[in-house]
Amino acid sequence: MSTDTRDRVLVDADWVESHLEDAKVVLVEVDEDTSAYDKNHIAGAVRLDWKKDLQDPVRRDFVDKEQFEKLLSARGIGNDDTVVLYGGNNNWFAAYAYWYFKLYGHGDVRLLDGGRKKWELDSRELVPDLPERAATTYTAKEQDRSIRAFRDEVEAAIGQKNLVDVRSPDEFAGRLLAPAHLPQEQAQRKGHIPTASNIPWSQAANDDGTFKSDDELTTLYGDAGVDFDKDTIAYCRIGERSSHTWFVLHEILGQANVKNYDGSWVEWGSLVGVPITLEDPS
Amino acid sequence: MCGAKAGGVSTDGVDLTQESVVQGVVLRDGEPVAGAYVRLLDAGGEFTAEVPTSATGQFRFFAAPGSWTLRTLAPQSDVVDRAVVAAKGEVAEVEVVL
Repeated sequence: MSTDTRDRVLVDADWVESHLEDAKVVLVEVDEDTSAYDKNHIAGAVRLDWKKDLQDPVRRDFVDKEQFEKLLSARGIGNDDTVVLYGGNNNWFAAYAYWYFKLYGHGDVRLLDGGRKKWELDSRELVPDLPERAATTYTAKEQDRSIRAFRDEVEAAIGQKNLVDVRSPDEFAGRLLAPAHLPQEQAQRKGHIPTASNIPWSQAANDDGTFKSDDELTTLYGDAGVDFDKDTIAYCRIGERSSHTWFVLHEILGQANVKNYDGSWVEWGSLVGVPITLEDPS
Repeated sequence: MCGAKAGGVSTDGVDLTQESVVQGVVLRDGEPVAGAYVRLLDAGGEFTAEVPTSATGQFRFFAAPGSWTLRTLAPQSDVVDRAVVAAKGEVAEVEVVL
């Protein structure tokens, strides 16, 4: 909505470099393939594993409040710390972790604009040394369900709310079942949720992974059929790219009532009896 | 899983008769470039996937049959676009020279 809003949730690489010695700023690299962090990372950054740390090992759900508190305490993250998230994949998993930190009520959390890719393309320093942070006693809040959508709510939203499918056009139309860096044989049905608009997450970002300007973003979603007076639910395949779009709509543009459907296509494409549309965006 | 592993996912255990693979290597002065970012754009120019290249400069995508563009970003280099056609059951090999 304004530059002020953007500055509260996004930092650039120069800001990070000038806060490397600031003990109240915790850099957190979030990836699925953690070998990138093992090789090197921004000095002082701790690591969160998208799956091992943030997903329940048995049920398909998140770690609970107590587990999240234990995790952040062990990583040396305090309630009053400024958490700056970054990662590979154009910040998909960092945006997911951002949403997750907000779900559990962390106060000051931000994204490094452009993530690890922009940092690498700028040839900024990455180090292999592991940081030492003293353990804390972190206290999480109950999950903020106002930013998380479940399947029944998504079904009820068909034709009523803005449904934003942020996957690529080929996934939306049912020609692919996953981003094309992954094998395509998957168990789900192909297609998208009826009445969803296809606004790929990538349209909100520049090639280097940084977010486009507020004006460009407002035009993007408005032109693609998002009614800013209605509530919005974003989804993708597993909920991480849609966190990127949730971040754009809710955090950068300041839209109220935007939810991330983290069940996303892996759940919807497996549900018995729900409607599916197979067609090109055009 | 949705993260991009450097170089792309191995084809071990993947039924390649059902996949339309696009893969290759990024080179500069004849040497492989690790840590370049290769993105796969569809016929309409839309982003479909991206992987960082492996230590040996390699990348791999599992596309759908059709025409694609590979866009490569690397430090100290201009953006390079290469066209490629993918077909089911085949592996399209592309050499990207920076």
